[in-house]
Amino acid sequence: MHYFLSEEQQMIVDICRQIVEERIVPVRAELDEKSIFPKDIIDEIGKSDLFRLFIPEAYGGMGTGIFEVCLATEELSRGCLSVATSYAASGLGFIPIIVMGSEEQKQKYLPELAEGKKIAAFGLTEPEAGSDAGSIRTRAAKDGDFYILNGTKQWITNGGEADIYTIFAVTNPGRGARGVSAFIVEKGTEGFEFGKKEDKLGIRASATRELIFTDCKIPSQNMLGSEGMGFITAMRTFDQSRPAVGAQGVGVAQAALEVALDYAKVRKQFGVPISSFQAIQHMLADMATQVEAARSLVYHAAKVIDSGEKNVAKLSAMSKMYASDVAMKVTIDAIQVLGGYGYMKEYPVEKMMRDAKILQIYEGTNQIQRNVIALELIKRGVL
Amino acid sequence: MENIFRIIVCIKQVPGTTEIKINPQTNTLVREGIETVINPFDTYAIEEGVRVKERIQQSGEAAEVTAITMGPPQSESILREAIALGADKAILLSDRAFAGADTWATALTLKKAVKKIEGWRLIILGKQTLDGDTGQVGPELAHMLNIPFIGYASSIEEISFQKITVKRLAEDRYETFEVRLPAAVSVGKDINIPRVPSLRGKLKAKNETIPVWRAVDVELDEKDAGLPGSYTQVIKIFTPKHTYEVKMIEGGPDEQADELFKKLKQLSIV
Repeated sequence: MHYFLSEEQQMIVDICRQIVEERIVPVRAELDEKSIFPKDIIDEIGKSDLFRLFIPEAYGGMGTGIFEVCLATEELSRGCLSVATSYAASGLGFIPIIVMGSEEQKQKYLPELAEGKKIAAFGLTEPEAGSDAGSIRTRAAKDGDFYILNGTKQWITNGGEADIYTIFAVTNPGRGARGVSAFIVEKGTEGFEFGKKEDKLGIRASATRELIFTDCKIPSQNMLGSEGMGFITAMRTFDQSRPAVGAQGVGVAQAALEVALDYAKVRKQFGVPISSFQAIQHMLADMATQVEAARSLVYHAAKVIDSGEKNVAKLSAMSKMYASDVAMKVTIDAIQVLGGYGYMKEYPVEKMMRDAKILQIYEGTNQIQRNVIALELIKRGVL
Repeated sequence: MENIFRIIVCIKQVPGTTEIKINPQTNTLVREGIETVINPFDTYAIEEGVRVKERIQQSGEAAEVTAITMGPPQSESILREAIALGADKAILLSDRAFAGADTWATALTLKKAVKKIEGWRLIILGKQTLDGDTGQVGPELAHMLNIPFIGYASSIEEISFQKITVKRLAEDRYETFEVRLPAAVSVGKDINIPRVPSLRGKLKAKNETIPVWRAVDVELDEKDAGLPGSYTQVIKIFTPKHTYEVKMIEGGPDEQADELFKKLKQLSIV
């Protein structure tokens, strides 16, 4: 399939494919089984300049756009969604600095993140605040030139592994979502500790941990934007980051389709390859069509964002929702094509299915995405 | 002179195919029209060169890697690959006069080229090539440059502008050498895991102008280059025929042992 990629975009795809084939595929089952964070692979991704794709040239980035980030994320997801999640989650952690950071904050943090010497994490979710992000309880109380953080963040991807954390905390308790502010918190800050590491269904090699703040003193200059801008920072970040979650869906679905197709051509039943049965052919045809439709939507959303268009919430949400639903369906269908073998750990599709499920949940459940889409439709109309 | 630690990595293009053809006239490998790749051992040499550069840079000094190859014009592609993998510069030694060179003429051509590069401190090579398989060019080059050579390095323990400490695995022991720079080191695949090319490296590789040095540019007399400059010439390449016969020894264990002993004695094996 030809996607009219530029030479540079094709280079990004080629680099990611090499990382997938040489570094990820040989170890992905073991990393999954033992829940090992893929530090070496993330280092390799950093050395290959893939974190630079997110970041403007002035801060050590490549000056590329969300489309290039999606290309890289899709390819890495073909190899392993744990790796792709760790990669994309660092982006999610530092996009707030790009969209809301001061010049000084950008100069201080982005170059090392671009190089991959440091990775980032995004701390919004709490035990009592998931989809209802406005109800977070972590408190940031002003104290002279500092804010004192108290509270617990839950299920934070790259938790413990990341060096730089974007943390959302309440600075003005009476104001709901408008009382939330965002802060840059560095690992090692006194009063900032890590809680339990989660044992998960899928993306088991990615790190998911609690962040615990106990009288953690943060300099005021680490606030992103001004007081009360936290919720807007989060929403603007999601507008930029959601197509990459869609790209994860496209990548894992593509990988499952490839395994199913290869298997169908060699697996013989009743004396013939099962790919000669119309029942299998129609499944493969549907899977391929869904993957292609999801890819088109993700690429389109990314290109619209890169064009500078401001009202991207709807398209961004659509790409995340649709591609993650496709990922779930296609990975389940891939297991069906492989039958009993698909259910076994000797084949990679059961892992792909376990991994794919998270895409319908994180960075806004697909129900929340539908809310975003519907609200935008009603507010701005169909186009 | 500027204080840059220059590392030269010598690489070679080898056929990337299993269908190796021999020119029946010259008995040398047919390289034209064959897809070529970087000699696998040389990928470790490039990586080690880049790692040495990074180590020197981390100590606050300037360092630079120059990849160099001798070969037909199409071998420019492996130099671009070397740049994508972290080499800063590349030089292609290409001239019809270089064709048919044996290891001596190759080393001499490389020596002449190295002499043109200012401020080099370290030469790194793969321990041998996959096609020629001699492992001679590295030591010959070092000999011609009158510098120390350490073959089969498995790690570079220490490096500074003045000296290098290299560890290598010998048959039954590890050996550690400390030598003064400049020096040449050959490496095998146990020394590192070569990185995946970077995007910035690939973009640089695409746009880089790679100079081509001919015999005249490196001040090499044509009689010392290529076939005329070679002391050895491959007369014939063939796969040796292994022949064997099986003789079954009959009888009881003692008889069999006697018979076997007699036979081995006949063959002067015992």
